[in-house]
Amino acid sequence: MSRSFSFVSHACALVVRNPISLGSVAMISLLAILALFGPHLVPYDPNLTDLSIPFSPPTAGHWFGTDQVGRDVFSRVIVATRIDLMVAICAVALSFFAGILIGASSGYYGGSLDLWVSRATDMVQVFPLFVLAMALVAALGTDMRNIVLATAIVNLPFYVRLTRAEMIILRAQMFVEAARVAGNGDGRIMCRVLLPNALPNLMIQLSVNLGWAILNAASLSFIGLGIRPPTPEWGIMVAEGATHVVAGNWWLVIFPGLLLTLAVFSFNLLGDALRDLFDIRTR
Amino acid sequence: MLMKSTQRLLTVKNLAVDFDTPRGLVNAVTDVSFHVDEGEMVAVVGESGSGKSVTAYSALGLLSTGGRVVADTINYLGQDLLRAGRNLLKATRGNEISMIFQSPQTALNPIRPIGIQITDVLRAHQQLSRAEATKRAIAALEAVDIQDATRRLQSYPFEFSGGMCQRALIAMALACEPRLLLADEPTTGLDVTTQKTVMDLIATLTRSRNMSTLFITHDLGLAAQYCDRIIIMQNGRVVEEGETAKIFNDPRDNYTKRLLAATPHLHSRLVDLLPPAERRPFLAPVAATSASASSACSEREVVLKVDLLVREYGLGPARRRIFEKLWPARRVETPNTSMLRAVDGISFQIGAGECVGLVGESGCGKTTTSRLIAKLIKPTAGSIQLLGEEIGADDPRTFARSHKRKLIQMVFQDPSSSLDPQRTAFEAIADPLMRLEGVKRSTELRDRIEIICDLAGLSTDLMDRYPHQLSGGQKARVGIARAIAVKPALVVLDEPTSALDVSVQAVVLNQLSKLKRELGLSYLFVTHDLNVVRLLCDRVLVMKSGKIVEQGSTEALFGAPKHEYTRQLLAASPTIRFRSAAYSG
Repeated sequence: MSRSFSFVSHACALVVRNPISLGSVAMISLLAILALFGPHLVPYDPNLTDLSIPFSPPTAGHWFGTDQVGRDVFSRVIVATRIDLMVAICAVALSFFAGILIGASSGYYGGSLDLWVSRATDMVQVFPLFVLAMALVAALGTDMRNIVLATAIVNLPFYVRLTRAEMIILRAQMFVEAARVAGNGDGRIMCRVLLPNALPNLMIQLSVNLGWAILNAASLSFIGLGIRPPTPEWGIMVAEGATHVVAGNWWLVIFPGLLLTLAVFSFNLLGDALRDLFDIRTR
Repeated sequence: MLMKSTQRLLTVKNLAVDFDTPRGLVNAVTDVSFHVDEGEMVAVVGESGSGKSVTAYSALGLLSTGGRVVADTINYLGQDLLRAGRNLLKATRGNEISMIFQSPQTALNPIRPIGIQITDVLRAHQQLSRAEATKRAIAALEAVDIQDATRRLQSYPFEFSGGMCQRALIAMALACEPRLLLADEPTTGLDVTTQKTVMDLIATLTRSRNMSTLFITHDLGLAAQYCDRIIIMQNGRVVEEGETAKIFNDPRDNYTKRLLAATPHLHSRLVDLLPPAERRPFLAPVAATSASASSACSEREVVLKVDLLVREYGLGPARRRIFEKLWPARRVETPNTSMLRAVDGISFQIGAGECVGLVGESGCGKTTTSRLIAKLIKPTAGSIQLLGEEIGADDPRTFARSHKRKLIQMVFQDPSSSLDPQRTAFEAIADPLMRLEGVKRSTELRDRIEIICDLAGLSTDLMDRYPHQLSGGQKARVGIARAIAVKPALVVLDEPTSALDVSVQAVVLNQLSKLKRELGLSYLFVTHDLNVVRLLCDRVLVMKSGKIVEQGSTEALFGAPKHEYTRQLLAASPTIRFRSAAYSG
């Protein structure tokens, strides 16, 4: 009981202390609210077309203007938050947990397990990240589940490598020997002693990864391999709007792009705060 | 004494150094004034946090950013170093004032040969051709007693032992013939015999070149043996200053008296390490001392019996031959050439309630022995019997879950790195109780931990603190509490106090002795410090190159050592010529 309370109070203290953390937490909270309640808060149905007012610039009635078939851009941008964030969080969560599991075993036990795991991650990392994601989505089919899977696979090597490196450093520490003398077996040592100590660095990777995963999902949709229209999604909106920008319809690209930037930016900034949150030494 | 004709080299007046940290302003040094004359060795003695290193670094302008140096004067031979420009400081460093650092292996650049590092220093300050600089470098290495200097010029730091690295550093520092040498704890981490060699070297070179040395240390005994004047610092202030004899015969300040008391080689009783006011909890009850004295003569139950224990490391014979054939010119010379057999057939016994000391220098195999006995690694051959049961063959990986695990516990060397940084003190002590005795999280656990803390001298309001919020002594006590939590039969202590300040060490050693008495524990006390062994241990094992060269009772060994190596070790321990009048009685 008291441990979770001190965790929360430590989190609050950290956020308040550092303006950057405060800013990023505020932005992420905003995004979370939009993702959870967005579809109920928007003034228009995101898929409602109104062919009488295509390409209308931002007005009091349509804050972000309308697109080529008269759909309200504001509503679409807000609703897209849920989809993008969900894809990113699912993909990163998947690669985080799988990567830690594989990397921890590989780093702790060493030997031939380590050898095979390292070579396997080498093979995944041979390909440029986005190219591999593209190839996987193209092969598996373009639905949300496959985008999540593809992003997760592409991200896996980072967590495997990082956890493995942390394990190799930490397993030689004296407190690990002390834990052995106190009667902890290998499994307990890995889970309760080593991983909590490796977590701070993994958290930084997590936050940067989240930003990248959002961008990845948007990029895949941009080239047509991701979420299909008419589902509102930032990447699709930018893709469709890009063809109309030359005619002067800037609002089709700027607003989804702005929110995309905001999301990636706030997750990146969260990295330091997350690491401090999990590192006891900052209390 | 021609005092008037000796020059004053360094004058520091009212030095104050502040550091801006995220936790606020830290006054590292406040109102410190001292001077160093030509040809004298001055020691600055203090414990951790006293500001002694910061004082020396600020004199040379070597403080890292974040430190603000304020002083009335920092004057070297008339030149103001406080407001000196970069060029003046550069010209002074190395040429006039030189410095040697604490851990020699890390103070040298690991990717450049020693010879190049010395010639770098020479050519930075003097116009020398490469050939001339090389000749001077060879001369410098020979002056510090490094054999085969010409070949050694091409060696890398990792090919040198700790003592040789320190000597190479001294060669570098003295290459340009400076007039003032700053030595920042130059012998920390070195063996006793190496320490003596290095200190003798510094003293000889100081005298022969009429140089001055400012010697920073935490070891009052070492300072007394070599230095003319001693400055004692505490919490950033100078507490007392004076000639060595005067400090020892007539200490004024309470802190000085406490430091003198805590220095092990001045005393014969463990409780004498503490100030009189603090001795009461640790005094043995009279009945107990007579009882233990009588049981010393009678049969003691044998707790640990080690028979012909062997542990081998590294390359097998075939691979070694290949290695030597491929790189014949690079045969790495290590101080202990039998490292392949780290432990070479040792046999000894520990009885119930006995404290057996295991002494030796680095590379002798004592740490390996302690880890073999604590079942962290597996022996290559030999037997280890605990309370009659053979445990030598047990696999260390699964030993954690054996019922025998709770019979042997261990106190580790560095309290800071042997505690999990992400766990509180409570959890650290609860760990063995929960794992080895199956105690669940409950009031029973809390009660038992309170009792253990009481025994270990740890106050219960420290329980919810994390290691980084505890002091060195408190962390050491948490480590001890953790080891005794399950009431083991044998506790292996691997240099438990070497990382602690002397005054903290005094308390911890007394605590350990008290625990042994009250709980009937046996100790295997591994250390390199003979003076601590003399105070705490009943019997001593002396180890060299993987073998036990002598074993016997403490009085017998110290009084009449039989083996040559034991005599060498005893001779190398710092001795003090003065009687300490710190606490009478």
